Amino acid sequence: MTILGEFCLWAAMLIGVWCSVIALSGIGQGRPELQAAVTRSPHALFGCLAVASLALWQGLISHDFNIEYVAAYTSRNLPTYYIVSGFWAGQKGSLLFWAVVLSLFGSLAQALTPRRHAHLLPHVAGVTSAVLVFFISVMLFAANPFERLPFTPPDGRGLNPQLQNIGMVVHPPMLYLGYISITIPFAFAVAALLSRRLDTGWIHAIRKWTLVSWLFLSIGITLGMWWAYVELGWGGYWAWDPVENASLLPWLTMTAFLHSVMIQEKRGMLKRWNLGLIVGTFLLSIFGTFITRSGVIASVHSFTQSNVGYFFLVFLIVAGTFAFTLLYTRWPLLEPEAELDSMVSREAAFLFNNLALVGIAFSVLWGTLFPILSEAVRGIKITVGPPFFNRVNVPLGLGLLALTGIGPLIAWRRASIANLRRQFVAPVVTALVTLGALLATGMRDVYPLMALALAGFAAATVVQEFARGVRARMRMHGENPPLALGRLVARNRRRYGGYLVHVGILIYFVAFAGMAFKEEREATLRAGESVDVRSPYGHTYRFTHMGISQYEALNRLVSAATVEVRRDGKRLGLITSEKRQHVDSFRRPTFEPSTEVGILSDLREDIYVVFAGAVNGTEQAVYRFNLNPLVWWVWFGGGVLVLGGLTTMWPGGGPTIRTPRPVQSGYRATLTNAGTA
Amino acid sequence: MTGRSTRVGEHVQERRQLVRWALAGMIAPSLSHLAAQDPMAGGGPQGRLRDPTITGRSRAPTVPGDNDQWIKSVEQKLKCTCGCNLDIFTCRTTDFTCTYSPELHQEVVALGQEGKTAQQILDAFVAKYGEKTLMAPKPVGFNLWGYLLPGVAITLGAVLLAVVIGRRARRQSLALVAADASDSVGQQPAAAESVDATPEELDHLRRALLEVED
Repeated sequence: MTILGEFCLWAAMLIGVWCSVIALSGIGQGRPELQAAVTRSPHALFGCLAVASLALWQGLISHDFNIEYVAAYTSRNLPTYYIVSGFWAGQKGSLLFWAVVLSLFGSLAQALTPRRHAHLLPHVAGVTSAVLVFFISVMLFAANPFERLPFTPPDGRGLNPQLQNIGMVVHPPMLYLGYISITIPFAFAVAALLSRRLDTGWIHAIRKWTLVSWLFLSIGITLGMWWAYVELGWGGYWAWDPVENASLLPWLTMTAFLHSVMIQEKRGMLKRWNLGLIVGTFLLSIFGTFITRSGVIASVHSFTQSNVGYFFLVFLIVAGTFAFTLLYTRWPLLEPEAELDSMVSREAAFLFNNLALVGIAFSVLWGTLFPILSEAVRGIKITVGPPFFNRVNVPLGLGLLALTGIGPLIAWRRASIANLRRQFVAPVVTALVTLGALLATGMRDVYPLMALALAGFAAATVVQEFARGVRARMRMHGENPPLALGRLVARNRRRYGGYLVHVGILIYFVAFAGMAFKEEREATLRAGESVDVRSPYGHTYRFTHMGISQYEALNRLVSAATVEVRRDGKRLGLITSEKRQHVDSFRRPTFEPSTEVGILSDLREDIYVVFAGAVNGTEQAVYRFNLNPLVWWVWFGGGVLVLGGLTTMWPGGGPTIRTPRPVQSGYRATLTNAGTA
Repeated sequence: MTGRSTRVGEHVQERRQLVRWALAGMIAPSLSHLAAQDPMAGGGPQGRLRDPTITGRSRAPTVPGDNDQWIKSVEQKLKCTCGCNLDIFTCRTTDFTCTYSPELHQEVVALGQEGKTAQQILDAFVAKYGEKTLMAPKPVGFNLWGYLLPGVAITLGAVLLAVVIGRRARRQSLALVAADASDSVGQQPAAAESVDATPEELDHLRRALLEVED
């Protein structure tokens, strides 16, 4: 099967080269049969890469440890679902995963794009094929997933314990889907530039793709935070690590695009900016992959250091030069069709929103690259960690939260004073009341105060928008409130789905603010001993060490330490944290012992217990106890965000378009009731 | 015949002996393991674990300095030297295989006990391990670029945006005034006349638009 897999990679490479050369060189111009062949080649590419993927999966599932990749990431006693996820657990497999998913998206783009955009499709096929050729050549020349060992080990090394988590089964594919799907909007943008068809056609063609990409990135990032929280054991979910930053960068620029594209659709403005954002987003997705795989920047999450990263660097430079040169040459064709009417307009608010989003992206990128720059300029290595990012980005994030509330309140084109007064009164009052209430409870931390007050402001904005819409429907159509709400959202999915996304974002901010008040305590306890920890809400939690039990599970030896938890004297239950020594099927240790945290979660705070280790081989245990406020709301905010995204992209909706009834040719008769009585 | 039966008997004896040895070989380690195990295993505060090796590195009991907020805040500004990219506090309370962060923690505690201020401890670490030991670079010299450039870029962008929007809005206003002037000289706007609706309908539409399309 590996021979078949490698053969398929070579076949895909040849098809990809042929397709991209024909499509991008202009050879196919005026030759319909060539154009048709080009638009069919993404399906052939997908076929080849799907067979190659099945060949790797077959190797993984059949424990063919002669394949280096299979031996490096799986073992005989690894649960089946982790064997399946082993496909994307390592460098080589994840490259194949990337390639097969991109080929699937490329194929779907050809099949699902409405025929009115057919003129763009050959170029789209060319661009997706060119990107695929790059990924396939990296596999064939630097990281071949089908590479064989000179011997066959009796068992594999197994999967890194930290990857043996359901979050890691789902999080990487989601993030990859987000990264990969960005290629399709990029391909349409390049196609529009190449074909000089720079009307709003390409924008309409990519609308769903940009939303899909944004949605997958959002899900991937949220799942990544969840995995970091439940698996890494440091009690947080975001550490401004370069790899985390790399996932945030394209999300920020894609979010900016989703806002600014509305201005292009409504007013025919910002054409250059939108093209730049799409190109930038694609390049940032490649940049993220470069960071993850090159080892050029130290990261907790990086793949092993390898020369693969430099392939990505070269590709990044080539793709960037090509795309921006193309954009430059088409500059005169991208004149705006209208101009901004007023500083106080929704267009202007969107522009400032774009500035904030792109500014934050720049700030994150700058912080991520600054150590390299510093070393190049001063010859001194420095570290840029969370204190730097928090200092620079928290104020920018708060500005963005304010704009989340302000944008929807301002009318398109030009807002009047009366309009502003009517729109802003309720949200501003809500923000002030929130602020006053928090100050009254004794909260004095500036950033959390601002975050919560601004979240109140943005929430009031959304509630006001929904209330106005429902009231209008009730008055105009005589509907009851639930029906009016349902129809309001169903008929304006993009708008009200967008508001739901805003709600998700502001829930995130509230949850992030909560983490400013987390409590941590380390304690060493003998069985039966207790320790008290006071939560930010004023509760006293008592943790009593119940003992450590040891047992063997499928692919690991477990030491489970259990504590009983009481809140203000009331028993909440038992929490168990584990030390796991993973072993292969010969019971040989495969990795250093890992830690599994124990979490008891509710709406107010998470009780987070970490078994740090035992003292001198006895049951005396060292624990870390964390009380993390509002963490549940991060996951809930993620859910709302995804729901909003799905609402926005759900097919249909929009006002009903009445098609004129066909009129019989030759004459037109108007029926009246005259003479019928 | 007798000789043969004697040999068979010897064989049986040998086999039985082998089985006895084998059983003894299997049971003896278990018994010796039991003998070595604490009689209170898993049952009390002094209970020894059946297999201490699988719980990772043995831990030292917690001391008050481990929970000191001041020590924690200093450690969160200093990077662990094990290559994990985490600060000392996070590394020592997360990566329990790391041998560097507990030692660095002891260094911080010792410096604190000497009466050094937070800044003095940071300076001592920079002197010993270099500038990369700080989780965020000092905002001086070239590092100021790191801190200020994003803010400066965004501020400049905002000013530029405001100027451009303001200029274009002014141009639009002037164009509208000119259009109004030419309308007043010439004829009534055609658009107003062409709308086929009663004033009530127009008013209804305007209110609905105000409600929904603000």
